Amino acid sequence: MTMLGDRQQLAYIASQAADARVNVELETEGMTLNIGPQHPATHGTLRIIARLDGEQVLWAEPSAGYMHRGYEKLTEVRTYPQVTALVNRIDWLGSFANEVPFILGAEKLMGVEAPARAQHIRTILFELSRIANVSLFLGDLGVQLGAVTPVFFAFRDREYVLNLIEGATGGRFHPNFDRIGGLKDDLPAGFIEETHSVMKKLRNFCDEIENLLFGNEIFQSRTRGIGVIPKDVALQYGLSGANLRASGVDWDLRRDQDLPMAWNKADWKVITHPDGDSFARCWVRLQEVRESTKIVDQLLDTLPAGPVMAKVPKIIKVPEGEAFVSTENPLGEMGYYVVSQGDQGPFRVKIRSASFNNISIVPWLLKGVYVPDIITILASLYFILGDIDR
Amino acid sequence: MLAALLSEIPYWGQSLLRVLGGLVAVLLPAGTVVYLFLFKMMSFMQSRLGPMEAGPYGSMQLFAEVGKWLQKEDIVPDAAAPEARIFKLAPLIVLASTFLLVVVVPFGPDALFTNFETGIFYALAVSSVSVLGILIAGWSSANKYSLLGGLRAAGQLVAYELPMVLAVVGVVIQAGTMNLQQIVVAQNTGSIFGFDGVGNPYVITQFVAFIVFMIAVQAELTQTPFDMPIAESELVSGYMTEYSGFRFLIFFIGEFATAGVFSMIASILFLGGWGVPFSWFGWTTIDSIDNWMNVGGPLILFTKMLVLVFFIMWIRFSFPRFREDQLQRFAWKGLIPIALANIMLTAVLKVAF
Repeated sequence: MTMLGDRQQLAYIASQAADARVNVELETEGMTLNIGPQHPATHGTLRIIARLDGEQVLWAEPSAGYMHRGYEKLTEVRTYPQVTALVNRIDWLGSFANEVPFILGAEKLMGVEAPARAQHIRTILFELSRIANVSLFLGDLGVQLGAVTPVFFAFRDREYVLNLIEGATGGRFHPNFDRIGGLKDDLPAGFIEETHSVMKKLRNFCDEIENLLFGNEIFQSRTRGIGVIPKDVALQYGLSGANLRASGVDWDLRRDQDLPMAWNKADWKVITHPDGDSFARCWVRLQEVRESTKIVDQLLDTLPAGPVMAKVPKIIKVPEGEAFVSTENPLGEMGYYVVSQGDQGPFRVKIRSASFNNISIVPWLLKGVYVPDIITILASLYFILGDIDR
Repeated sequence: MLAALLSEIPYWGQSLLRVLGGLVAVLLPAGTVVYLFLFKMMSFMQSRLGPMEAGPYGSMQLFAEVGKWLQKEDIVPDAAAPEARIFKLAPLIVLASTFLLVVVVPFGPDALFTNFETGIFYALAVSSVSVLGILIAGWSSANKYSLLGGLRAAGQLVAYELPMVLAVVGVVIQAGTMNLQQIVVAQNTGSIFGFDGVGNPYVITQFVAFIVFMIAVQAELTQTPFDMPIAESELVSGYMTEYSGFRFLIFFIGEFATAGVFSMIASILFLGGWGVPFSWFGWTTIDSIDNWMNVGGPLILFTKMLVLVFFIMWIRFSFPRFREDQLQRFAWKGLIPIALANIMLTAVLKVAF
């Protein structure tokens, strides 16, 4: 750096000030647009503050917390069996999947393992909730982009899956079915045949959506090349789930982790896409529904006999210790860090939910896009408000 | 004939008849389109039933909806209060454009409001009056979403006015007149290489113009895939966000009545309008047409209109929407060159034959 004399420095400052004044005079005024908290594209109450120049976004930031329900604190005053009733309200579209990692964490601390049949049924219900969750995403995607019809197909076919979940657990949205050491009940009679036929319907639904939406040229021109997340950026922001796989990272906790679940007993593929744009994210999710239906079909055929509950004491006390268990939930990696001090309830639970990390990339991603693309990008990132705010 | 009969009625009576006729010609298509397509066809496409409770198959649903809207409070947002008069005027301007449009539509040999020599020119001119209403609505709502919607609407409607005009030019060249009544007559008395069994509907010779015109109509009506100005999922209904009750109803009627009236104009330009091929009944000129066509003509026109609106709505319910820049590119780089080429071809062929 060169040293400047006083006079030179003054002249430099004066010229800078003059430039600044000119810039101020020429600058057009931007517009701050609050997208949300109440907005059809935010699936709840997410607020996105966007600074616009015309229709171009100069700067955007998500402002979460409008739906914070304090689940981490609430778990500290609940017993372990009671916590599942809370946590399946985090991602309300795939609620059974929320219970599993917590139960697995508690089981890990207690040194209990669920019987093989319970592991199978857990995996089946886990995948069913993934199908229910992501099929609704596929329909909703159409609405966000202006096509009103797909969402009704999605609601129609998701209803079959919800009926299955209700038949097995008694709850459509909030099953509260997972127990430490196994499951509350066995599957009901007729569940297996019914599920096979529903999985066939869901595969039809995927074909329908692929023809109606993904093959549409307008849809492709709206999503291809929009909101591109390169591989390294995706990793830096801690994305997970389909958002990460759509950026070409071959990472799936169902395959990569050795959990007491039945995923490794089925034959399925991890879907990735090299592009990292909105289209890739939607496409990966569509293919994952297909893979999930395959997993469910195979696991139903190889369902082992036996009890669905291991031997656990009536009053559950978890020994002192700490454990972190995460699974590949519909929205991405979901994990619970459970700290126990030997009581009936956890001392502290840290919930790592997928959507909170996934939307952290929003400020980076929205810079320079147009207002309609905000909606495309938010829709393709796919978050659930309960999963952000907990 | 009917014209002679009409001239015996005093002037105020004629005016009253015209006003009543105009109301019927605007509200009847709007009601039919909303019930048949928005309520029923959309529901059947989406594997549901639609309204079923009000009247047989929900046919009275529309009256229930109108009743509901009339009961609602006429809200003016606080921020829009200084411009309340303009805010309240906007929907009326949009609807007025529809009424101005229906003035030139011929429904039968004598069943028409006015017989303009430059009918189609007038129609294209007044159809853009609605842009003013939409801009006013977007601006005076004092809402950022409405403002974006209004500006998008202005850009879009101006861009799609051009392909529409250019598409019509082909028809005007072929018919040799701008008078809508004479365009109808020219199609129904025409013949294709000497065969006059179906007349000469211009949808055959001007097929390219027909497609361009219908796409432009889709955009003028701001129906999906050109519904950027409304865009429920982005702009929360755009320029209509702040309107409630009766004024929203007027926007709503305006949207579907304009769909009906534009489809009528399209069927007059391309499908032979109210007429049947004159050779079927041995008519030669417009004066020799039997009187019953003044009743039959409107029904024929209405049927053709419903067919065209069916296609508009079909596309509306199955397509996602364009982005603003893609939409402009489509108009300027796609439709306008095609329409211009069509004009050149038509002019060359017109001179050659």
